[in-house]
Amino acid sequence: MPESIKADIRAFVVENFLFGDEGDAPEDDASLIENDIVDSTGILEMVSFLEEHFAISVADPEIVPENFDTVARLSAFVAGKRKTVEAAPTGA
Amino acid sequence: MCGIAGYSGKGLQSKEAEKLLAAMSVAIAHRGPDDAGFHITDDAGLAHRRLSIVGLADGQQPMANFDGRLHIVYNGEIFNFIELRRELESRGHRFRTSSDTEVILHLYDEMGPDCVEKLNGDFAFAIHDAARKRLFLARDRMGVRPLYHAWHRDRFYFASEIKALLTVPGIDAHLDPFALDQIFTLWSPIPPRTAFEGICELPPAHWMIVENGKALTKRYWDLDFSEVRNDRSETEMAEEVRALLEDATRIRLRADVEVGTYLSGGLDSSVVAALAKRMAPAELTSFAVTFSDPAFDEREFQDEMVHVLGTEHHTVSCDINEIASVFPQVIRHTEQPILRTGPAPLYRLSGLVRAKGIKAVLSGEGADEIFAGYDIFKEARIRRFCARQPSSQLRPHLFRRIYPYLADLKRQTPDYLSAFFSVSRDRQDDPLFSHRPRLRSTSGAKLFFSDALKDTLRDYDAADELVSSLPQSFSLWHPLHQAQYLETRFLLPGYILSSQGDRMAMANGIETRFPFLDHRLVELAASIPANTKLKGLREKHLLRQAMQGTVPDRIAERPKQPYRAPEARAFAGDRQNYVDAAFGRSALEENGFFDVEKTTKLYKKSRLSNFTGFRDNAAFVGILSTQLWSQQFARQVRSKDETLAIRD
Repeated sequence: MPESIKADIRAFVVENFLFGDEGDAPEDDASLIENDIVDSTGILEMVSFLEEHFAISVADPEIVPENFDTVARLSAFVAGKRKTVEAAPTGA
Repeated sequence: MCGIAGYSGKGLQSKEAEKLLAAMSVAIAHRGPDDAGFHITDDAGLAHRRLSIVGLADGQQPMANFDGRLHIVYNGEIFNFIELRRELESRGHRFRTSSDTEVILHLYDEMGPDCVEKLNGDFAFAIHDAARKRLFLARDRMGVRPLYHAWHRDRFYFASEIKALLTVPGIDAHLDPFALDQIFTLWSPIPPRTAFEGICELPPAHWMIVENGKALTKRYWDLDFSEVRNDRSETEMAEEVRALLEDATRIRLRADVEVGTYLSGGLDSSVVAALAKRMAPAELTSFAVTFSDPAFDEREFQDEMVHVLGTEHHTVSCDINEIASVFPQVIRHTEQPILRTGPAPLYRLSGLVRAKGIKAVLSGEGADEIFAGYDIFKEARIRRFCARQPSSQLRPHLFRRIYPYLADLKRQTPDYLSAFFSVSRDRQDDPLFSHRPRLRSTSGAKLFFSDALKDTLRDYDAADELVSSLPQSFSLWHPLHQAQYLETRFLLPGYILSSQGDRMAMANGIETRFPFLDHRLVELAASIPANTKLKGLREKHLLRQAMQGTVPDRIAERPKQPYRAPEARAFAGDRQNYVDAAFGRSALEENGFFDVEKTTKLYKKSRLSNFTGFRDNAAFVGILSTQLWSQQFARQVRSKDETLAIRD
């Protein structure tokens, strides 16, 4: 998984949810919900960010803690998505 | 309805006393525009501003008892004063006026502090006993009427609003950091703390004696769920509720002026309006707020009730620009930072009532607390239900059912719904179980506290302090009753009846009366089994049963629509220069409560992205109101020391 994905996601979390506070930045495997970093609106902000920044599409059933609850899971989710996009036939 | 103020302790020379009482009185003149009066002795001074509603011709205050030993200043209404007067007369008391004020004097003369237990009403008063050099203060059970006090140089000062205390030389406005933490956790300070360091409120259901330079405070009533009765059928309980609510409404129509009613279109105000319409001596006038945003607007239901009842109905629109334009005045009257804009429309509403020449209105407030109407009660029940089967993919869908108006929940999967509502996170025996998700999301706004403030608050936990103030029997109550207690004892007086209630109404000299908060009805509701009030997920089940046929079925069966108003986006317009100033670097640095960099980013985010998250909205409104509070109270240019020099 490219480190840049993780860095971009981490930067978004710090800037958008922590308003620049690096000191409160979560560990890569720390829960964003249990550390009160994102709420129900925050998850949708995250979806919007992922779709726009990484040019991927997120389906509703994919919005689950297994994919979204830590920086590490988010990074893996995006990396997997991009792999799928790259592997898909481009069509005529 | 009125405003009161005064002092006791070391005497003042009469000119100084007059000057001081005049300044205190002027500060709360909005509470009583009809009349003003003073009483000064060698150890005390009392001031009164009057809004004449009962005993128009002979109810002037301060009022003395028959031998001139006792003097009272009083804010509020005793709704059972006719019955109390009859009892007192049968025991030989002779009355000189037709007012409820004199009833309190006679009762106190006969019973002393225990007199408060006989009073059914909304009151805050002070009685000075010249013979004993004693000051007695008391406040109603639910906290409808406010009363604040402070000590300064061996003198005790009291007033209906804090701004009157701030006219006293030496009593200054400093933000209490622990109060700010409590507001950013619980929405209001925990009494007796206020936002002002060193200034206390007399908590609801308490009285106080000030004598020989010392104060004794005592709680005389508490909401108690220990005596739940299972010996009545649902029909019998519904009949009892109906009869008592009718009586509570009937005695709240007692006045020598017309009493109007608020009519939001929800069940509670519709029920009160329908009962009042049957009992009111004349045509009933109703008042409501409308919003252009359909997400907040309820005029469809208001119109239906107006059509059914035939009230003379008046509305005031409240859109985002109007919220922003009145917000500084709103904070001047709340006297504390707030996290929601909800008080602003109510400020405009009371202004409409005043413009129509009406001084007193009925309100349906209180029904959600005592009959279990709030979403938080259902939310807690669903959280417990989900926690029994944490892997269930079906149970979490119930969260969406109780919050149909929260668009963000629509896209969430069951796993996330469970996570957001802390299904597996909170201990079920936690006394604050019902409120933990709310406390957590509110506390998120503390992210913006400055390092200095965080340092002051290190090791402090507002929720722990709340738990330590709960009654001993609390842990034995049904979970719903625990949640009801938390709402009724803290949020109701601290925010709903204060910032949204008394303060917004009295800003325009309007008295609000609450039939659902008649203590007899509150006690009856507390004795009703939890599952009869909240039946499954049907909120206010028993109230709906009790009031069948009183309002149209569509209103009676209408799900709870929480009162909401636009939050941060109300301030996104370009015309509100004060908002820019409040979020400006220099103002933030000068006050020092908030982290400048983070707060600046929050402000930018609010301008750019029209955010909707609870935390960001609460933080925005909380920071703005704290900055306005500071500007209006702590930083105001005060000339009082020049005009009000007191010699000690």
